[in-house]
Formats: sequence, structure tokens, C-alpha cells
Amino acid sequence: MTPLLEMRAITKTFPGVKALDQVNLQVAEGEIHAICGENGAGKSTLMKVLSGVYPAGSYDGEIHYDGALAQFRDISDSEARGIIIIHQELALVPLLSIAENLFLGNERAAKGVIDWRETFQRTEALLKKVGLKEAPATRIEQLGVGKQQLVEIAKALSKEVKLLILDEPTAALSEADSQALLDLMLELKTQGVTQIIISHKLNEVRRVADTVTVIRDGTSVSTMTAASGDITEDRIVRDMVGRDMSDRYPARARNPGETLLDVKNWNVWHPEHAERQVIRDVNFHVRKGEVVGIAGLMGAGRTELAMSIFGRSYGRNISGSVSLKGQPIDVSEIDRAIDAGLAYVTEDRKSLGLVLDEDIQTNITLANLPGVAKAGVINEREETQVAEKYRGAMNIRTPSVFQKVVNLSGGNQQKVVLSKWLFAQPEVLILDEPTRGIDVGAKFEIYGIINDLAAQGKGVVMISSEMPELLGMCDRIYVMNEGALVGELTAEDASQERIMSLIVTD
Amino acid sequence: MDHAQGAQAKGMAYYFKHHLREYGLLIALIAIMLFFQVVTDGTLLKSVNITNLFLQNSYIIIMALGMLVVIVSGNIDLSVGSVMGFIGAFAAVMIVELGQPVWITIIASLGMGVVIGAAQGYFVAYWKIPSFIVTLAGMLVFRGASLWLLEGQSVGPFPREFQSLSTGFVGDILPKAATSGLAELAGSRNFNALAMGLGIIAVAVIVYMGLRDRARNAQYGIEGEPKSFFIVRNVVIALALLFVSFKLATFRGLPNVLISMVVLTVVYAFLTANTTIGRRIYALGGNEKAAKLSGIKTERLTFLAFVNMGLLAALAGLIFAARLNTATPKAGFAVELDVIAAVFIGGASMSGGSGKVIGAVVGAFIMGVMNNGMSIVGIGIDYQQMIKGLVLLAAVFFDVYNRSKQG
Repeated sequence: MTPLLEMRAITKTFPGVKALDQVNLQVAEGEIHAICGENGAGKSTLMKVLSGVYPAGSYDGEIHYDGALAQFRDISDSEARGIIIIHQELALVPLLSIAENLFLGNERAAKGVIDWRETFQRTEALLKKVGLKEAPATRIEQLGVGKQQLVEIAKALSKEVKLLILDEPTAALSEADSQALLDLMLELKTQGVTQIIISHKLNEVRRVADTVTVIRDGTSVSTMTAASGDITEDRIVRDMVGRDMSDRYPARARNPGETLLDVKNWNVWHPEHAERQVIRDVNFHVRKGEVVGIAGLMGAGRTELAMSIFGRSYGRNISGSVSLKGQPIDVSEIDRAIDAGLAYVTEDRKSLGLVLDEDIQTNITLANLPGVAKAGVINEREETQVAEKYRGAMNIRTPSVFQKVVNLSGGNQQKVVLSKWLFAQPEVLILDEPTRGIDVGAKFEIYGIINDLAAQGKGVVMISSEMPELLGMCDRIYVMNEGALVGELTAEDASQERIMSLIVTD
Repeated sequence: MDHAQGAQAKGMAYYFKHHLREYGLLIALIAIMLFFQVVTDGTLLKSVNITNLFLQNSYIIIMALGMLVVIVSGNIDLSVGSVMGFIGAFAAVMIVELGQPVWITIIASLGMGVVIGAAQGYFVAYWKIPSFIVTLAGMLVFRGASLWLLEGQSVGPFPREFQSLSTGFVGDILPKAATSGLAELAGSRNFNALAMGLGIIAVAVIVYMGLRDRARNAQYGIEGEPKSFFIVRNVVIALALLFVSFKLATFRGLPNVLISMVVLTVVYAFLTANTTIGRRIYALGGNEKAAKLSGIKTERLTFLAFVNMGLLAALAGLIFAARLNTATPKAGFAVELDVIAAVFIGGASMSGGSGKVIGAVVGAFIMGVMNNGMSIVGIGIDYQQMIKGLVLLAAVFFDVYNRSKQG
């Protein structure tokens, strides 16, 4: 069988960098093909070459598509041939309806006047295909991320897609939404849509992919097929990082000490809908040198719990008590919570954790400016020394601490955020999805940092949607569902099945 | 050896490219001044005109300092022109119609500015109403309020001590007899030793602090400005300062308003660049949510930025009224646009989080020199407006173009 797509010896150079070096990719008609690789390995560049963002002539090598040599000049050129990319950042207009978004730029219209009847009819048909029951007139902002992702796919289907490319489609989705999306991918496959998926989540890759191509440092290093049974997570990881990673979670001596943080009878109501209780009677504690996980589905209230404790940055009518080492502490304002010894590393580092246009140094000292200042005057040299210290300790890969953080990779950005909070000298750190969207190698480093923190006697609360990560890292795991803690498991007792069953039987 | 020199040259090119904005602004100001110096047949840099330049632009520069802070915090203040006019009217009514002493009037006017800033800041900071809307409302309200206060009339004149706020000069420290020799040497009627002396001291301080900074950077192993750049920049600034102080010395000396302007500029440059509160304002403008989650009181800072703006607008209003020696209902009309333009020409970003005090001051001087130069040449107000508009667009385009190239 001839492949639908064949990219041969693609080489793409930017001034000073070879982003892609002789990459080969073969996608058979009707298959789901996964591309795996660390951040910066060249996956997105390859997809940009394929879709014409980098037009023919700006790269070396050949693209054969649908039986002919393809030389796309731009995205609309490749779209016309049925190649459609769904990016990680969704490209929907929040204030327009589903129907308007589906046909944006491709309106069902005669002489500029939109035919709403046809638009709505076709929208309904497309929504049915992707399993959405929403009305076509629903505004996008009223949908969750998972459903928005399905709308994107419906939009792709409206354009007679032949090759659908999904860039990290489940990165922001809950477990249930992810499963629904993967099911849809398999369903589309039976309808003959060829698909390429870029993903960090290897269990998902294993579930849907017929073929996996691993890219490392701009070259294609291996291809494995499900048919021959050689797709295993261990092998993908090994090829991605270029070395054996027998243990994905670094070992740590586990000997928790006295109780550090103790939260009692915590109740929180929704900031806008005053009658909705978001957190119900939560009690939990963290000991010195302990890593405690909070597991749960998206929307279980984990982030809301963390933020309501951290200076009441979420919710209203908050009640309950927080104490540190047995002494009640004041967490009514964020600066007081920080002074009391708390730190909260947000799940959304770009919009909540970093000042992207500032340099590394400025970001690191932001939560503890008095630490580099005397009488309100900043000593910039001392500040640089502090930043350099963390650059070394955290292994932040950058030529200098004067680099703007917007130019760093996800993993390095996360290390900057962690540095910021370590410099604030906390006793307890609450880490909300600390490894979201960062690659395998950087994840391993973050785990190492978390272990170091525990070894130094800090208490760590780790919120994560990736259950293997919680199981690999935590001494204890609380399970949260619908705003309440529904169970507590020790590391020995915990398993994915037990966590899920606690959630389901609640 | 050759290799090392090559590497150094590359470093210089790199440094220049990344600081193109700062050097570009200074070069632009110098180029514009030279241009007008030539086309006005040397009138631009005459002693009397240099003194005039400071007097004419002082209120713009003083407000640009406050506006920079407001814009860095991610907001805008459209009301400053109206507030300035209103405070002038307020002071005129207090002094001329109510017969209050000057010092009480000054304190009351500044207090009124603080209250106005606080009122607008309250709605922006604590009710999250966009500053564009709040201060647009303020612009209308205070424009109307000055008309109402003045009942549509001009009120004046002011007593001499009030006028000296703007048009007064600092007396010389040396008696005239002692400086007559210098005056003769300079070929002028008199010579103000204080103006010249302070100019020399300022140059010495700037050079000393620059050298100290470099030494400390070297000690901490931080790579700073290339040596040749440092020398050229300091020589240019020193020559300019000495030239200006010489010119002032051969006229009437230091205008009072120049002193307040320089002191305020130094204070605000220090506040924004070297203090925790300054850093926090940049963080607030760069990413309000991240700043807040880092324990920064973002609402209070926004509020204070507007209080500060109100205070400076009031000061500008007093200086403006003192210069005209009368308060008119039209005072301050459309001045907010000049102030905002100065800040943006100076390199601040509309979205907040970036911009420098020195940039805003140089931006204000660029506008000021163009106003002054074009008036001397006799270019009509119609062309003046168009040219100023295009300069603003060009400056911001230069910024955006640079940033896209650095990508």
C-alpha cells in the first residue's frame, strides 16, 4: 500500500540552528500515526513544514502527499488538499456560537449573505459526528475545554479532511474528556480519516496509535508499529531521551517528621454563585519531609482548595482553620500566607505564574523582593547572584539570567517558577500540576527537585491529574471528588484502580 | 589578538542592537536639535531659548513622570489635562477671589490633586473599571468643573511669589562683582556661577556613579555596557550638560522650575528602577495575576499610581497657571495627548510592564524641541500637528519593528 504522506529527508534550518535534520516520516492511509519527542525535538517544526507555514523552498527535502509531490505555499494551500491541523491553543472565538465558529472563513453564504438554515443543519450533523449534544447556537465560552476540542474537530470535518493533525489534543483535558476524544479518533479512523497525533501521554499513544515515530534533536530516531507489537512505553521513552530510564521517578528516602501544615474544616463557596459550595469540610495535613498527593478529576475542586488556602485567592465565605507546626497562621491575604510559610505553584504558569516579558532574574525575586532589598531599595547585583544560584541549582538551561522567560521552554519556565517560590523560603509548597506540558526529561528533573525539597524538610502538596505521577512520587494520596476529600491512601495501598473506585463510588 | 578583537567588536554590535531603543532615542533628540539649530539659524540653542524650552515643557515633563508610572502599571490617564486646568482655576479662585495666602493655596491645590487622583484610582483599582473610561469621565468632569469655577472668565493676575513657582530664577551664590570677570570672558552681561557650578557637579556625579556601577558590575562578574559605549555616552551627556549650564549661566541662571523638574526626574528614575515598589509596578503591568499571586497588593499599587498622577497633575497645574499668570477655562486643553505621546515616544508599551522614566523625559523633550523649533521657523499649527502625529507613529513603529526582528 502506498502511504498517504511521505516526508523525505526534511531539513529545516533557522539562523544558527538546525531544527530538523533529515527527518523521514511515512503515514499510511487510514492509520493513526503518533509522533513523540521531547519539547524542542522538532515536532511542531515538522508539522509547520507539512502544513505550509514554512512554505516550499524554505526547507530541504520532499513531501509526497496523496500520490504527488506537494509544494504548499501556505496553510490555505494545504487545507485545500485536506490537511488540517488542530493546535494546542484552540483557535475558536469565545463569544461566537458553535455554528459561527465551525464555518468561520468558510461561511455557508450566497453573495456574502449567510444562509443560517444550512449553517445550522450542517452544524447539527457535524456535532452529531463528534458526539456533542449542544445546540448549534451555544456560545463557545459556555463549553468546557474538552467540548471545545471536539468543536475544533467538527470544524476540521466540515472541511473534508483527509489528514487530521492533532497537536497535544488532551493536554488540557480531564481523564473522561480525554477518553472521549481518543474514542472519537478511533471512530474517525473507521471512517477513513488518516490522523497524526502529537502527544506526551504515552498511555494514550499506545491506546490509539498504529505507528509511532520518535523524533529526537531534530532527527527521526525510530518507528514502531502496533502490528508487530513493538510499541511499548519504555521503548518510546528510551528513544525520546536517548538513554534508558529504568525508573521514571527518582528514589527518595521516606521518613516524614512532625506535622507542618494542618487544614481543618475548610469550606469555600463559589465567588460568583454564592449558593454553590465548592469545597466541603476538607481536613488534611502535611508532615515535614512528606510529599502528599491530591488526586481527582478535573473540576473536583483541587485548584480551588489550594487557592482558597493561599491567601483566599479563590472563593468567598471561606471558613476553617490553617495551622503550621501547631500554631494557627493567618492566610487571609496572599502576602500573609507567603510570610507564614506557604507557597503555591500555579497550574497555569504562563498566565498566572510568570511575567513573561521580564527576565529570569526579575521573576525569581518577585515573591520575595525584600530578600534582595534594603529599606525598599533593590540591590541588583545581589539579585543577580540569587538568580545565578538558582540557575545552577535548578539547572535552568539558558545563557544568562537576563534572558526573558518567554523564550524558555516549558520545563525551564517551570524551574523559574519553582525558583521564585524557593527563594520565598516556604515551609510548605503546594504544587498544582507541576509537570503539565513539559517533556519527559524535564519532568524527571522536576521530580528530583521535589525530592530534594522533601529531603530538606519541606512539606509538599502535589496536585496532579496524572495518576502514575502521584503514585510514583507521593507518600500519601488524598482523593478528592466534588469538593470533598473522599479517601486517603498510603503509598503502599494506592493504585490507579483504588483511586478511581474511590471517586466513582462516592 | 585579532580573534579577541573580533569577539569584542561582535559584542559591541550585539549590545548596540539590543539597546537600539535607548541609544536611538538619544540620537534622535540630538539629531532633531541639530536640525532645528541649523534651520533656525542658531536661535534654538540661544541662552534665552534654552531657558524658554525648560519653562515651556516643564509641566509636560512633570506629568509625563506620573503618566509613565500609570502606563507601566497597565493603565492610562486621559484626565490629566483637565485636572491640570482645574487646579489652576482652583488656585486662582483661592488666591484672587478668596484672598488666601499663597502657601495655603499651594498645599490645598496639591491636596485637591491627591483627592482627584484617589477618586479616579478608587474606581480603577477596586471596582476594576477600565482606566480609559474612568479617566475619560474625569476629563469631562474636570473640564466642566474649571469652566464652572471660573464662570467662563479668565482669573488673574497672581501675586509675584506665586508666579515665581514657574518664572522665578534661583539667585546666584556669588556676588555680581565676583562673577563679572567670568561674564566678560563669556561675553555676556552677567554670569551665574551657581548654574555653571551645579552643571559641573552634576556631570561629576553622573560620571562618578557610572564608574562606580561599572566597578561593582565587574566585581560581581556582570557584563555591562562596552567600555567605548560608556565613554562616548558619558562624553556626549557631559558636553550637553556643560553646554546647557553655560547657556543658562549667561542668561538669568537656573529657573526654579528646572530645579523641581530635575529633582523629580531623579526621584522617579530611582523609584522606578531601584526600589521594590517600582519593581512591583512593572510586575503588575507585565502580568497582574502573576503579580497578585506573588503576594503583591496589586489594587493598592494601581490606586497609588493614580494618586501620584493626581499630585503631579496638580503641581503641573500650579506651574502652568503661574507661567501664564492667569487661569483660563481653556488651560490644559488636549495636554494629556502630549503627555501620553511623550511617554510612548519614550518607549513605554501600551500593554504595560515596560518603559523608563528617562525615556519619557527624552520623549517629552523631543516633542518640546519640535514644538519650539517649528514655531521659530514659522511652521503653521496645522503642519505642526501633522508632523508631531507622524513622529509618534514613527517612534512606536520603530519599537514594534525592532521587537519583531528580535522575535
